[in-house]
Formats: sequence, C-alpha cells, structure tokens
Amino acid sequence: MIYLILFLEFFKIGLFSVGGGLATIPFLYELSDKYQWFSHQMLMDMIAVSESTPGAIGVNMATFAGYHTTGILGGIIATLGLVTPSIIIIIIVANFLNKFKESALVDSIFYGLRPAVAGLIAAAGYQVFQVSILTLEKFNLSHKIIELIDIKATILLVILIFAIYKFKKHPIIYIACAALIGILFKF
Amino acid sequence: MKDLFDLFLTFARIGGLTFGGGYAMLPIIQKEIVEDRKWATEEEILDYYAVGQCTPGVIAVNTATFIGYKLKGVLGGIVATLGVVFPSFIIIMIIAAFIANFAEMAIVQSAFAGIRVAVVALIITTVIKLVKSSVKDYIGGIIALLAFIISAFIGISPVYVVLAAGFTGFISKKIVGGKK
Repeated sequence: MIYLILFLEFFKIGLFSVGGGLATIPFLYELSDKYQWFSHQMLMDMIAVSESTPGAIGVNMATFAGYHTTGILGGIIATLGLVTPSIIIIIIVANFLNKFKESALVDSIFYGLRPAVAGLIAAAGYQVFQVSILTLEKFNLSHKIIELIDIKATILLVILIFAIYKFKKHPIIYIACAALIGILFKF
Repeated sequence: MKDLFDLFLTFARIGGLTFGGGYAMLPIIQKEIVEDRKWATEEEILDYYAVGQCTPGVIAVNTATFIGYKLKGVLGGIVATLGVVFPSFIIIMIIAAFIANFAEMAIVQSAFAGIRVAVVALIITTVIKLVKSSVKDYIGGIIALLAFIISAFIGISPVYVVLAAGFTGFISKKIVGGKK
C-alpha cells in the first residue's frame, strides 16, 4: 500500500507544482513532515545532489525521495507519479492547440509568448552566470572591479562561446570539455 | 516501433545532458530536435516552453510530452517522457545507493563549476538565436527585455510573466490589427 500512497503523493506534486522543478521543493518539505520518509537534512542533501546531476531537478528529487522510502521500486513509482499529470494535461492542451492552430486569438497570444520565453531563458542563463562567473561576495568586501568576476571562469566562457560559433558541434562536446577543464584547473 | 525507440533514445540523450533544469535543456533540444532531426521548428519549441511553464509539472517533462505527442500521438508523448526521465533515474539510483556524499566531493564540485560555465555559454548562444527568430518587432523586443529583467532581478514567478506576455500579445494584436 505504501506504493499507492507514494504514487498518489507524487501525482499531487506533479499536478500542483506549476513553474518547473524547483517548485516541487516546498511540497517535498510537506511530505517530509507528513510521513517521516526522509528528514529535512536528507532533503537538503537531495537538492544538492539533484542540482549536481543531469536531468530535470523535479524528476531527480522524485527518484531520490522514492528510493529513500522503499528502494528502487519506490524510485520508479514516485517518478511515474510525478510525470503522469504532465502527460495527461499536455496531451489535452496539445489537442486543444491543434484544433485552434489557425485561430487569430491563439496566434496573437503566442506572438506575445515567444519573446517572453526567450527572455525567461536568458534569465535562467543569468542565474547560472551569477553563480559561475560573478563573485559578488568578494567584490562587496574589496570593491575592486577585478574581483567582480572569476578570471578563470570568464576566460573559459569566452573560449567556449567562440568555439560554439566556430565549430558548431553537439553541446555534449562543450559540456565534457568544460567538466574536464574544471577538474584540471580546480574551478 | 523503430521510430518510438528512436524517440526514446533521443529524449534519453537530452535528459542525460541537461544540467541545471528545464531551461538548460534548450540548447540540446535545439541541436537534436530542431537542427538534426527537424522534428519541430524553433517557434514550436518556444510555444511548448510557454505552455509547459504555465501548466503543472516539470518543464523538461512537459516539453518532452509535447514533442513526442506531436510526432507519434499519445504513445509518442509517453515514450518521450519516459526517455527524458530515464537517465536521471539511473544516475540518481546509483548515487543514492553507493555514493553517500556525492555532492560534497571536490572532483564533482570542480567538474560542475566547469559545466556551469559551459551551460552559460550554451544558453547565451541559444538565446541569441531565439531572439533573432522570435522578436519580430519592437513590441516583441520590449516583451523579451521585460521578461528577462522581471525574472532575473525581481524574482516574480515565470508563470505570471508568461501569462502577462500572452495577454500583451493578445492586446497588441487587437490594437495594431484595428488600425489596419
């Protein structure tokens, strides 16, 4: 029966967390209080692991939490619970959009949405930029412009952008090289 | 069957290469889905993201379901979704079972500090492409800029940004359309 509860609890999280993976975190804290499946400390560790492994953070969190509850099957069931509402809702929405593809109303809404999404993606990029390139804490202490940015990371960033435009390779190449450089030069 | 398997593998590759959440997935989708396989256009991907942002659930999963459904119907939606979660699944299980302090290991931290720089570089180049294809006039430019500022510096949930942008698109077309 634990599996059914696990599925339903994660189904609920999938259904109510609007706005991406990090929106699942408050729900997970609630779960922790309700069932004692995992402690708050473990939850913080889970967030750290989820952020330092590939994949969507929400999915990582569900797998991790499910696994800690009842092992591998728990991980599978929690993840399936999380994605089931998405599948149902998106299929309904996609169907609806297909029907109204030619409608001027839907067209005018998407005309406003597309540039906004480009802006949101830029904002997501800025958030990563803030933790990887900027060293605001150091700068606030010393007020030296030179300490505003991490020199090693900035050099790597410039080289990578240049390489992406020049070679047009698959993103995995740049990710793998950057991981290696990170390890070799102790980022 | 072969098509579905290809769909699964493509999304498994995308899921395995996504570092830092749904938006970081976009450069890989751009390469695999738009450029290499031509399964969707750039504009369609942006539409899926917009919808994925304001419908419940993880954005990466919503986008995968959308593309899979468009290509192969309901089964395609399910297969693409299972594909995108599959790598997380395996990796998280292994870490949970064997590596207690994975996130604290020095080598992991260095590797991820490097990876984050690559993610920034990939997002910058992708955003430049997206702005070129999605910003068609000054209204679009203002929407993109405002969305960036609001989300990056004010910290209002992207859900509201998407809703407001859709509304603005609707209103601006009404006004511009009325003049013609």
